[in-house]
Amino acid sequence: MLDNLSTRLQTIFDRLGGRGRLTEENVQEALREVRVALLEADVNFKVVRTFVERVLARAVGQDVLKSLTPAQQVVKVVHDELVELLGGSGHRLAPAPHPPTVIMLIGLQGSGKTTTAAKLARHYTTQGQHPILAAADTYRPAAQDQLQTLGAELGVPVVGAPGEAPLAICRRAREEAAARGLTPLILDTAGRLHIDEPMLEELRAIRREVAPHHVLLVVDAMTGQDAVNVAERFNRAVGIDAVVLTKLDGDARGGAALSVRSVTGRPIAFVGTGEKTDALEPFHPDRLASRILGMGDVLSLVERAQASVDQEQAEALVRKLREDAFTLEDFRAQLRQVRQMGPLDQLLGMLPFGRALRGAPQELTAESADLDRFDAIIASMTPGERRHPDTINGSRRQRIARGSGTSVQDVNRLLKQHAQLRKMMKQLKGMEGKLPRMKGLPGFPTPRG
Amino acid sequence: MSLLSGVGERLREGLRRSQEFLAAGLGAVLASERPIDDALWEELEELLIAADLGAALAADFANRAREEVMFGTVTRAAELRPLFRRFLLDALAPAAQPLDLDHRPAVVLMLGVNGSGKTTTCAKLAAQLRAGGKSVLLAAADTFRAAAIEQLQRWGERIGVEVVHQAAGSDPAAVVFDAVKAAAARSLDVLIVDTAGRLHTKSNLMDELAKLRRVIARQLPGAPHEALMVLDATTGQNGFAQARVFHEAIALTGVCLTKLDGTARGGIVVRIVRELTLPIKLIGVGERLEDLQAFDPAAFVDALVPAG
Repeated sequence: MLDNLSTRLQTIFDRLGGRGRLTEENVQEALREVRVALLEADVNFKVVRTFVERVLARAVGQDVLKSLTPAQQVVKVVHDELVELLGGSGHRLAPAPHPPTVIMLIGLQGSGKTTTAAKLARHYTTQGQHPILAAADTYRPAAQDQLQTLGAELGVPVVGAPGEAPLAICRRAREEAAARGLTPLILDTAGRLHIDEPMLEELRAIRREVAPHHVLLVVDAMTGQDAVNVAERFNRAVGIDAVVLTKLDGDARGGAALSVRSVTGRPIAFVGTGEKTDALEPFHPDRLASRILGMGDVLSLVERAQASVDQEQAEALVRKLREDAFTLEDFRAQLRQVRQMGPLDQLLGMLPFGRALRGAPQELTAESADLDRFDAIIASMTPGERRHPDTINGSRRQRIARGSGTSVQDVNRLLKQHAQLRKMMKQLKGMEGKLPRMKGLPGFPTPRG
Repeated sequence: MSLLSGVGERLREGLRRSQEFLAAGLGAVLASERPIDDALWEELEELLIAADLGAALAADFANRAREEVMFGTVTRAAELRPLFRRFLLDALAPAAQPLDLDHRPAVVLMLGVNGSGKTTTCAKLAAQLRAGGKSVLLAAADTFRAAAIEQLQRWGERIGVEVVHQAAGSDPAAVVFDAVKAAAARSLDVLIVDTAGRLHTKSNLMDELAKLRRVIARQLPGAPHEALMVLDATTGQNGFAQARVFHEAIALTGVCLTKLDGTARGGIVVRIVRELTLPIKLIGVGERLEDLQAFDPAAFVDALVPAG
């Protein structure tokens, strides 16, 4: 996620940091590159213009250039402005004083409304609430079936039958939610163009009659310059309160995220980071800004660890990450835990400098199939071998490969990755000294800024 | 109007709104009395970027235009417009290629990221081919997304085309295997395979796609005859990454550009065509079945940058 943008910005700032003193021209030159990097990340061109002007004014206006570490200061200004651009401190959907809280999802075709509706239902279920879904997309064939299926998987009731009008479905769902004491009520509406007047009128009618507390615009993170157009028109025609950004698990550079909030003034509430219903995260502008600038997003990493393993295990994970003594047994335990947290490369992207590390050991972006294989390989080792991988010679490798139904190459690859991981841990440890420490998790690196 | 009979009005109508924006912008930037100066270059670049053409392509065009200005062949801002049209047309002309359906059965594999419009495009294509007198079979190989099979089945009922399917969650390769076998046994004209949406960054899902391709090719040498990446016209620069990775993974035969009836300009295809030399085989300009059309570069450029 956001790889290209952050890599490019890091390169630019690294170069800037290479100079001892900075002139206004240096900063301007760097910002010209920042401009192109943002444009290629699909940030709206008007937003880019304003952004660059603001950074420039602050960077050359203050005592930034005269400070001892001008490059870091410039990065800090960019970071602050990014946070500002992305919406300050984040946005939570406030529960309604009289339940049910009604959340309405709107957006273009294919932006991910139905999937998001199910993800939201799951999000609130895990928070101990009892949501209810309304399948009000009566246009796309089988859209209601899709939500019914997802609802059944989650154990969340779904209102809406074929032949019923969207408004009627929403009304009935609201009555049912009130009667059964279910909240929040999540309305899934049909995808439509932001210029399709009759279809927009349908949304306005639902908004008028059902009075949702939060209207969320669902936007595909891969959207280009048009994202701003879409958001503006939906905002004008129906009114939106916040944005859900979907499909952020690809390599979309998320320029839409940077633009939509800036143009509509509406914050991003959630981001979708995968196809399964658990892949929805509250949006943290400060964390994303840190991530874009390569400062890492340790808070999200720790949260994920907490969500998928218990506190004790999470602490153990942090400890293991810092320790150099790291046996294959630990490796396997980590693989199992890490797998519950999400794809490895996503996790590495959250670590400060994780991106740089990620570039080197290509094999580390292992997929689940690899992890399964590794699990089998380690299971075929003797306890002694797991503790002392150095003792695994050629004939042992052959035995292990036979025992695990893999090849010697696979065994070699595992051993190599384990060695690489140990090396990386050492590097991480080396960097810790240069960074301030985070409260609560002593010694764990934390983003600057 | 069908896919085979060309384009014209519908595309222009579909693209009218994006045209308005770019035309209004270009009209101001390229007003005839305007001097060609730095401010003009900057505004022009921003307009091109706003059309999702990308910063590199915008700079490329600006450089070429600057040369013309230097040589004195272009002296007025207004002359940049035909220059730009020429530039786009040169880039897009090789992209107009018809579908290769000259096989029995011809196999069309439809793929792309989530939400790009694969299922709808499959249905529209099937309906048009059927209306043109071809015998068509659809394969529901998206076994992952909830109710994706039902979605294609509903379409099948609506347009009168049979849909080969298995239970949700089954192996898509098995569905495809059955479908190719059925299409060959019945000697049908076209088999259209709808696959699950997948982000191009998920290597396991890309492997699955490559496997589908192998399964088809093993049963029917030379197939699939078309492997089309469905691309939402609202997609920005990421569309290029999508095309590149899908192309590397399973050798695309072309792109199908959908949802051109919004305000999006689909400018990213210019980069895809230029850098990957992939043709654009189909475009979707509306929700009606007949709104799926062949790509006409002249009409596309006309719609994007009117002659003025």
